[in-house]
Amino acid sequence: MAAKIVYKQREICVYLDGEIDHHSASLIRVSIDEAVSRKRPQLLVLDFDRVTFMDSSGIGLVMGRYKLMKTIGGKIRVQNLSPGAYKVMCLAGIERLGEVKQKEVV
Amino acid sequence: MKCVNELKMTLDSKSVNEGFARVAVSAFVASLDPNIEELTDIKTAVSEAVTNCVVHGYAEKEGKIYITVSIFEKDIVRIKIRDRGVGIENVEKAMEPLFTTAGGERAGLGFAVMESFMDKVRVKSAPDKGTTVVLEKRIRGKK
Repeated sequence: MAAKIVYKQREICVYLDGEIDHHSASLIRVSIDEAVSRKRPQLLVLDFDRVTFMDSSGIGLVMGRYKLMKTIGGKIRVQNLSPGAYKVMCLAGIERLGEVKQKEVV
Repeated sequence: MKCVNELKMTLDSKSVNEGFARVAVSAFVASLDPNIEELTDIKTAVSEAVTNCVVHGYAEKEGKIYITVSIFEKDIVRIKIRDRGVGIENVEKAMEPLFTTAGGERAGLGFAVMESFMDKVRVKSAPDKGTTVVLEKRIRGKK
């Protein structure tokens, strides 16, 4: 699991890459939270385009970042979820927390 | 039901092995020619069960995780994941969605994922004895 963090004006975009499970989520969480606390963006985008696997640890990852963004008055967007990852997210009703988009089928 | 193929493996209870466990199980099940969704369902459910052993069963301490994958006639897969950890006092409560004792960022949805992605989920547990989770799914494949 790797993550590329891109800073825009009042936005942070995190491009997640690889497998998200209990093992990898804890590593990724630290770098996202550090970036958010430093830049205090209005919007945090989590991009799942290159995520090849995700279990319920991904839900924890999104929920935790949602809470963090809420404390600084910002919003969260989850995008490019694969059908598998979307199915897991739906179990948690993640779409109530922010904008959630599936990957577009080409 | 007649078992036609079986895999047994023992893993150290380390979070780094979660990935290996789900990939090994899915590779074994691949002989039944499942579709991508079925394979993802199995990988996800196994990942949840193995994570439970690491996080709860052994609470990040050392221990062994025992996995048996049995393929039965009519393309039925049964995956047994067992630990000899702390066990669960109230299985019914542990299986409730959003219930977690782990705190932090565990969503409490492990059993909910297993139940919605597999056909059958059985949990046997006793305090200080350990926990066994049995997952079952019939592979329909590309038919």
